Amino acid sequence: MSGNGTLRNYHAAVWDEPVVMEMGHHGRRGMVFPDIDEAVTAAVGDSESLIPEEMRRHDRPALPEMSEPEVQRHYLHLSQETLGMMGVSLFGTCTMKYNSRINELIGARPEVAETHPLQHEDTLQGTLEIIHNFDLILRELSGMDQFVFQAGGGADAAYTHVCVTRAYHQARGQLAQRNEIVTSIQAHPCNAATAAAAGFKIVTLMLDDNGYPSLDALKAAVSDRTAALLINNPDDMGIYNPDIKEWVNIVHEAGGLCFYDHANFNGVMSKLRARELGFDACMYMLHKTFGTPKAGGGPAVGAYGCTEELAEFLPCPVVTFDGETYHLDEDRPNSIGRVREFWGNVPQIVKSYSWSRAMGAEGICEAADLSVLGNNYMEKRLLEIPGITKSQPHLNKWRMEMTRYSLEKLKEDTGVTTFDVANRMVDFGIDAYWLAHEPWLVPEPFTPEAGEMYSREDLDHWVDVLARISHEAYTDPEIVKTAPHNQAIAKIKAEPLEDPEKWAMTWRAYKRKYGAGKET
Amino acid sequence: MTVRVGLIVNPIAGMGGKVGLKGTDGEATLDKARALGAEPLANTRAEAALAAASWQRGTLELLTFAGDMGETTATKAGLEPTVIGNSRAGASDAGDTAAAARAMLERDVGLILFAGGDGTARDIFQVIGQEVPVLGIPTGVKMHSAVFATGPASAGRLAAEYLRGGTAGIGLADAEIMDIDEEEQRRNRLSAKLFGYARVPFERRALQYAKAASHVSGQAKLDALGRDTAAGMEQDVLYIIGPGSTTQRLLQHLGLEGSLLGVDVVLNGKAVVRDASEADLLQALDGHEARIISGVIGGQGFLFGRGNQQISAGVIRRVGVDNLMVVAAVEKLIALPTNRLLVDTGDSDLDADLSGFMRVHTGPGETMMLAVAAA
Repeated sequence: MSGNGTLRNYHAAVWDEPVVMEMGHHGRRGMVFPDIDEAVTAAVGDSESLIPEEMRRHDRPALPEMSEPEVQRHYLHLSQETLGMMGVSLFGTCTMKYNSRINELIGARPEVAETHPLQHEDTLQGTLEIIHNFDLILRELSGMDQFVFQAGGGADAAYTHVCVTRAYHQARGQLAQRNEIVTSIQAHPCNAATAAAAGFKIVTLMLDDNGYPSLDALKAAVSDRTAALLINNPDDMGIYNPDIKEWVNIVHEAGGLCFYDHANFNGVMSKLRARELGFDACMYMLHKTFGTPKAGGGPAVGAYGCTEELAEFLPCPVVTFDGETYHLDEDRPNSIGRVREFWGNVPQIVKSYSWSRAMGAEGICEAADLSVLGNNYMEKRLLEIPGITKSQPHLNKWRMEMTRYSLEKLKEDTGVTTFDVANRMVDFGIDAYWLAHEPWLVPEPFTPEAGEMYSREDLDHWVDVLARISHEAYTDPEIVKTAPHNQAIAKIKAEPLEDPEKWAMTWRAYKRKYGAGKET
Repeated sequence: MTVRVGLIVNPIAGMGGKVGLKGTDGEATLDKARALGAEPLANTRAEAALAAASWQRGTLELLTFAGDMGETTATKAGLEPTVIGNSRAGASDAGDTAAAARAMLERDVGLILFAGGDGTARDIFQVIGQEVPVLGIPTGVKMHSAVFATGPASAGRLAAEYLRGGTAGIGLADAEIMDIDEEEQRRNRLSAKLFGYARVPFERRALQYAKAASHVSGQAKLDALGRDTAAGMEQDVLYIIGPGSTTQRLLQHLGLEGSLLGVDVVLNGKAVVRDASEADLLQALDGHEARIISGVIGGQGFLFGRGNQQISAGVIRRVGVDNLMVVAAVEKLIALPTNRLLVDTGDSDLDADLSGFMRVHTGPGETMMLAVAAA
């Protein structure tokens, strides 16, 4: 391994400060407001009277009393104690991409940032044009007839689909009979979860030796009770199901709808169209594939597209264009209603549009190739590292944009688990990797995703870090098992995270559970 | 604080396998195995298990029997065992295993780590029941029981981590103790029995990462399924409830005390037969529409033919293959060694009818399509 012993030294900033609620000094202020001018009081009355009696707070808020620079310093320190999402983060299934500054600047322009969804559509023509034009781009990529952007993420888009499915079968008088949704154990758990939330029963297919469920399993699962199939392809083991067209046929023949969860779109962008494979609907995550920030769990957009046949059920409003003017179409009597307020995270749509235009059709095609190439380049190197194997090792076809690996051998040989390795990676300034969705089909899993953005040097550095940690596991496993050592915090105890008696999501809960101070 | 662990090695376990003898129960078989050139491997495996674990020296007290029942191996692995008994002169047998387990139970060990197969597990279980947790180092030929770790090293590590305590994610679970009568099997007659449920350390994965789903354990889902199924039971339909802890939940929701290891019959919310034999079932079925609710038995994933032979081919045919409801935790299905459920009803036509794909209920409104094959 080229990297052993030559990795750059790294240490995170350690500030060891208390949480902000424990900081400050009685009476200290960040900003002192002037007394209210008499003329103002004369014009609008007593300031307190501006707030209705029932909304007025009786006690002062229990905020830390600090000066402005102290607050700035504290939050700067906190930001220094994170990896900042600017390291090499190959967090699989998340399709990590650089969020270009120019797109951020466009999103911050007043034409975007200072608009409001309740403005009259006559004053929003530019924004609506961008939304419509981006809809056209996604139609081109998918073959679908209409996209909506209301869903606040991938799971929300899956939920949109199960609601559309419900409305579709209801309109045909078949909802009582068609109460089952078929999915695979490798589909994102949100597929099963949203189906259950919409009142459907779930039929889950296990994987066959090929790494995807067999046609026979699908045939056995599908019946006149089938409402829809929710499936991704490739799944996050990186295995593409070549029988997918036949899958769709089988479900259609039984009377069900087919939804393509394009969570793993990156490797097949511009290579296939959901519609041409027969699907009725699909979903893209703009915060993954289309280059917008995903920040701390948001803001996200699940772009949901469907065929003309299903379009009447889409959530409102739908952005339409009559050749001259753009409209927010609310007059759709068969609509499922709203899955979220207003019309989605518009700044994210603007950034995705900007990303798509910058990439161009050729750029998107090349990005798909690069992401597959990057993954297979990494796979070759990773499988040379002692203790690392891949899922379905007997399959020798190239994987798509991701490969699922297993550290079962490393654990059997050394006792070091995939959690330990993830904890150790951050000692080299590398973001911890993604493991696998529950339930784990592969023991001790990890799943990197190279994407198109990282350089070969970045990928090599990432692999070198894994090689170093493997070497440590075989020679001095305690280093790995007790990691992290070079980070802002040491290894955290997992137990309190799983125990409702111990976890604390708010300061108030923390004080209650740990007695750090009496509630006032 | 000192932790006490018992080590029992069944030195002859696993010897029959490589020479095709399906186990080493009985002295004549053992002699035959030796004559065929079988080599003892239980001690090698036990040593690998002990060597893999990082024991907390000074606080660990390892109790074992003399010589090849544990002492030799423990010493080789660099530990200092306390010898608490001896096997009879010559070969050790089931009686020695039980004697060792009894001596350990009396000395309040926190865990018994053993190297052996189903027979060894059963001999220990019959002494300790659920009083002391056990963990098997896989060694034997027959391993239908679910008390074994995946390999020797993982057995050693899991044992050490469990004993050290305080490790998040290590808990205790019920696991089947099963055994097949080797005499019968050598005559090509399978007679597997579910003997009970031992307490076994297992690794619950600690969920620390943002994208992982919140942890609803398969067990909680099964509990909800039990409640759901109990509520949906039809009037005047006879329910045959198979053995095991999964189906037991259903009976609990009905307010009934079933037989954990046997087959029970429920009609209109009442247990009409407990621990039924095949003949009892056939008699009870007379004149009734019926359903069978069955779990997945043992580590091998048997649906019928191991541990629930009372639900015979005749009973299944009489009820009808469309009237089966199989319940299991998702985790158990994922861990199936062959990705398939197995049937061995003794009636090859019925086995063929049951083969193919079957829906297994894993929670309320949730099923999983599983391949079923003849064993």
